[in-house]
Amino acid sequence: MADAVIKCDSVYKIFGANAKKMLQEANGNVDAKTFQENGCIVGVNNASFEVSKGEMLVVMGLSGSGKSTLLRCISRLTDATDGKIYIEGQDLLSLKNKELIELRRNKMGMVFQSFALLPHKTVLENIAFPLQIKGIKTEDSINKALDMVKLVGLEGRENYFPRELSGGQQQRVGIARSLAVEPDIWFLDEPFSALDPLIRKEMQDEFLRLQEKLKKTIMFITHDFDEALKLADRIAIMKDGIIEQLDTPARIVLNPATEYVKKFTEEVPREKVLKIEDVMEKPNKENLSDLKVSKDEIIENVAEKILTQEKSVAVTDESNKIVGTVRPSKIIHTVFGGRKNNS
Amino acid sequence: MELLKKYPKLFQWFFLLIVFFALCFAIDVPETYKFIRGQAEFIKDPNQSTYTLFGKEVRYYAFDVLWRLPPLLGWLPIWVNDSLFFLLNEWMPMEFWNEDLQEYKTRPLVLQITRNITALMTFLIELIREILLGGVKTVVAFTSWDWIDKNPWAELPGLPWTIVAAGAVILGYKLSGKGLAIFAGLVMVYISVFGQWKPSMQTLSFILVAAPLSFIFGLTLGVMAYKSKRVEKALYPLLLVMQTMPQYAVLVPAMVLFGIGDHAAVIITMVVAIPPMILLTLLGLRAVSPEVIEAGKMSGCNNWQLMTKVLIPTARRDILIGVNQVIMVCFSMAVIAAFIGAKGLGWNLLLALNQLNIGLALEAGLCISMIAILLDKMSLAWANKQEDYFGNLTFFQRYKNTLFFAGAVLIGIILSYVGSFYLKDGYNYLYEVPHNKGISTAAFWNKGVDWIWDTFFQTLKIFNTWLITEVLQPMRALYLRMPAVATVVLVVGAGYIIGGIRSALVTAGLVLFIALSPWWDRALVTTYMATFGVIASCTIGLTVGTLCQQNKYTTKFMLAVCDIFQTFPSFVYLIPVMMLFGVTDTSVLIAVIVYATIPATRYTIEGLRSVPPALHDAASMSGVTKFQRLINIEFPIAFPHMMLGVNQTIVFALFMVIIGAFIGTEDLGQYILKALSDKAGGGKGLILGICVAFIALIFDNLIRTWVQKRKKHLGID
Repeated sequence: MADAVIKCDSVYKIFGANAKKMLQEANGNVDAKTFQENGCIVGVNNASFEVSKGEMLVVMGLSGSGKSTLLRCISRLTDATDGKIYIEGQDLLSLKNKELIELRRNKMGMVFQSFALLPHKTVLENIAFPLQIKGIKTEDSINKALDMVKLVGLEGRENYFPRELSGGQQQRVGIARSLAVEPDIWFLDEPFSALDPLIRKEMQDEFLRLQEKLKKTIMFITHDFDEALKLADRIAIMKDGIIEQLDTPARIVLNPATEYVKKFTEEVPREKVLKIEDVMEKPNKENLSDLKVSKDEIIENVAEKILTQEKSVAVTDESNKIVGTVRPSKIIHTVFGGRKNNS
Repeated sequence: MELLKKYPKLFQWFFLLIVFFALCFAIDVPETYKFIRGQAEFIKDPNQSTYTLFGKEVRYYAFDVLWRLPPLLGWLPIWVNDSLFFLLNEWMPMEFWNEDLQEYKTRPLVLQITRNITALMTFLIELIREILLGGVKTVVAFTSWDWIDKNPWAELPGLPWTIVAAGAVILGYKLSGKGLAIFAGLVMVYISVFGQWKPSMQTLSFILVAAPLSFIFGLTLGVMAYKSKRVEKALYPLLLVMQTMPQYAVLVPAMVLFGIGDHAAVIITMVVAIPPMILLTLLGLRAVSPEVIEAGKMSGCNNWQLMTKVLIPTARRDILIGVNQVIMVCFSMAVIAAFIGAKGLGWNLLLALNQLNIGLALEAGLCISMIAILLDKMSLAWANKQEDYFGNLTFFQRYKNTLFFAGAVLIGIILSYVGSFYLKDGYNYLYEVPHNKGISTAAFWNKGVDWIWDTFFQTLKIFNTWLITEVLQPMRALYLRMPAVATVVLVVGAGYIIGGIRSALVTAGLVLFIALSPWWDRALVTTYMATFGVIASCTIGLTVGTLCQQNKYTTKFMLAVCDIFQTFPSFVYLIPVMMLFGVTDTSVLIAVIVYATIPATRYTIEGLRSVPPALHDAASMSGVTKFQRLINIEFPIAFPHMMLGVNQTIVFALFMVIIGAFIGTEDLGQYILKALSDKAGGGKGLILGICVAFIALIFDNLIRTWVQKRKKHLGID
């Protein structure tokens, strides 16, 4: 529990004039349709989850599913209608305006879909902006911003204006700005959705590289299931304000909780998502081949090696201890068989 | 029948026109009707009818109600006037400390407030004026006249013109570089060499007070309206009326409250300049994307930082247009305010026009326009300025502008000191070139005017006579021939067809106000002149705009021309037309056309430019010719925006028609001009102004409603 950096406890966000009253009457049983008939729109419906330190939670959902609203509740850009949100144990909703500002100045960073750069400031000024807002001396903030420019690889463009940059470069500025104050918690609201596919892939890799280095606690919003699979430690899938399933990518692919989630998982190439660990069986000392694979390997990367073996293959953990075995036939089944069963 | 079902609106329009013309033919002109008698003149005549309402006696010439409505609002100007008088002289008397008499004195509250504002404004203007030109009033403000008499040395010396010019050049260089510096230098030298220094600095001092104050108030009110719906709702109708009210009309009530002189001019200028500033601030703030605001919040901005560092800079474009408008209005008012005693170039311009000395007027007008352009460019450059974080600057580099200016001050002082020895007998040209001692091209221009008159007199006269007898007079007669009832039906009907019952009610309210005021006939004449101007302007603007839009460079060129023309104070337009056509209605109309063509052209270009390029390509691929594309694709899509241009054109045209009163017209403007010299004219001026504003607002309402519907229909924004 102490680990939970972000903790949500039955959070509701309902838009409309008498949302509060209706929510009380509904008594925890919120139905989007009845609310809509009464002129209220349900944004987030009873969301409860935790994000622990250094973890990346990706919230996935189609447009209108309430994923951005959820993020805005947690960053308190909008006030949740009901429920409790804790940031490092602090009750977010009870914070006074001043405390909230302090929290944002020191602990939170956010990246936006349309970049949201200030058009009148240069790359450098944009990045230094949160620092200057905090009241840090111009010289120090500029130096820090220069470090950030290096971090996101924009050297030589410090004096460009946002309008002079490509989309990918603009988002790099957005990322650098959100990291300038060295926040613990990093919110990303569809940061790569406005970019074209090649740049998007490049940015995702870059993002993973950064996270490897920085180990922030992250909430990442996306409508792209593949992106979620690629980046997430855990994924929350949202529909109509409700979190349909919250689990690791592998378990979501293997055991979709609802029909809705299943639709997403059907088309997913499992060998690219699942790790050996997800398909291995209990350690079985007999009859093993010489090959050993790590449990953290993605199936795709080792499938060929395993399939050339006749016997089961040993699976090892970080300390090279055998923690399980995997049969070649299981690999074949996972890659080809499972999907047929599902469809 | 098919046709009717397909175009139900067409049928409605048709029906409306039939009713209108039926009414026009059915209602005869009363025998006693004469144009001049249409009014409730405030003179005694046994033929007049009278009524008394709210204790005010109103006299008027009665006609059949269908022909002209009785001026039931005739009491209103008198009432407004009396109220103003009451507020100023009787309401809430209080004890105030009087500095001069060193005792408490009883004064009405409003009078005291206006006197305090007056004192503050006067002080600010004098301060800047005396820095530029020298004088003792500022020192007096802190001490007393007696003290000055004892210490005659205590006087602000005023800067030699060389220093001001150098300052302008350095400022221009600092803000935007060589180009602006050269331009600033040229403007300053021109002003000085042509002997316009003193009036120019007087005008400048007036503007340097009015423009920043208008900017601050406009921005503050705009921000308040952005933050609070209630403030916005309260401001909105006021803004609408103020935007369409001719600047002239504000003069009169302000004169009653604040007297005459520079301070009153500043206050009036603020009244006129603040509304567009508010509107543009609001517009800009509204357009800031919510994500940018969120980004600001997530960066940890408090409310103040969010406003000053995120919202206002992001909305900079619109706010800058606001600044631009403020400067424009200030210069335009600098001339108009000369009517109530503002000193400076405007005063000279007015004087020269009055004496028909076109050359002198031209020089003064050019001066005002150049200073206007210079200030406009400087404000723009200031807002776009960037900071350099990398330059590893030496002390000299860092303070070079300050150093240069210090040097310029020194050299300027030495020069003017030396000058006082060498140019002893005459004037010290190195300190200030006195008025009318500089070079003047007035004689040249006046000769030019004479030459034009000698050479083209016949042609111009023939054209003039033809226009007046064949076009203008019949048109005017037609407008006056409309029975009031028919006009009201036409306007309200149009409102109903375009915007339903709501628009009908709004237009009915506006048109009835004018119809029930004592100046219906005059309003008709104003409308006729404006109509003529608008039709001509729109035709020219549409053609020029469309032609220019065909090419990237001509587009840019035309927009730049529009920019510069827009910076000219409206009064300046009267100079060249008077040169060519003398003191006639034709002059006014041509000034109206030139002035009102600016928005027509601009909006045509902008409208055509806003057509998405994908549509161009789609059309081209369907194999249309350029002309077909223009007719079938671009015009229909650009039309709503172009209609907004027509809206602006109407407002511009009305403004110029009213200003044309100076040349001599017989419409509402003339009455406003008369009210200026009328002791009890405050109420009249205000109501007359409101009448003009309402004419504009009728069209504004109809056009805006139509545009909104059309845009929705086309799916544009």
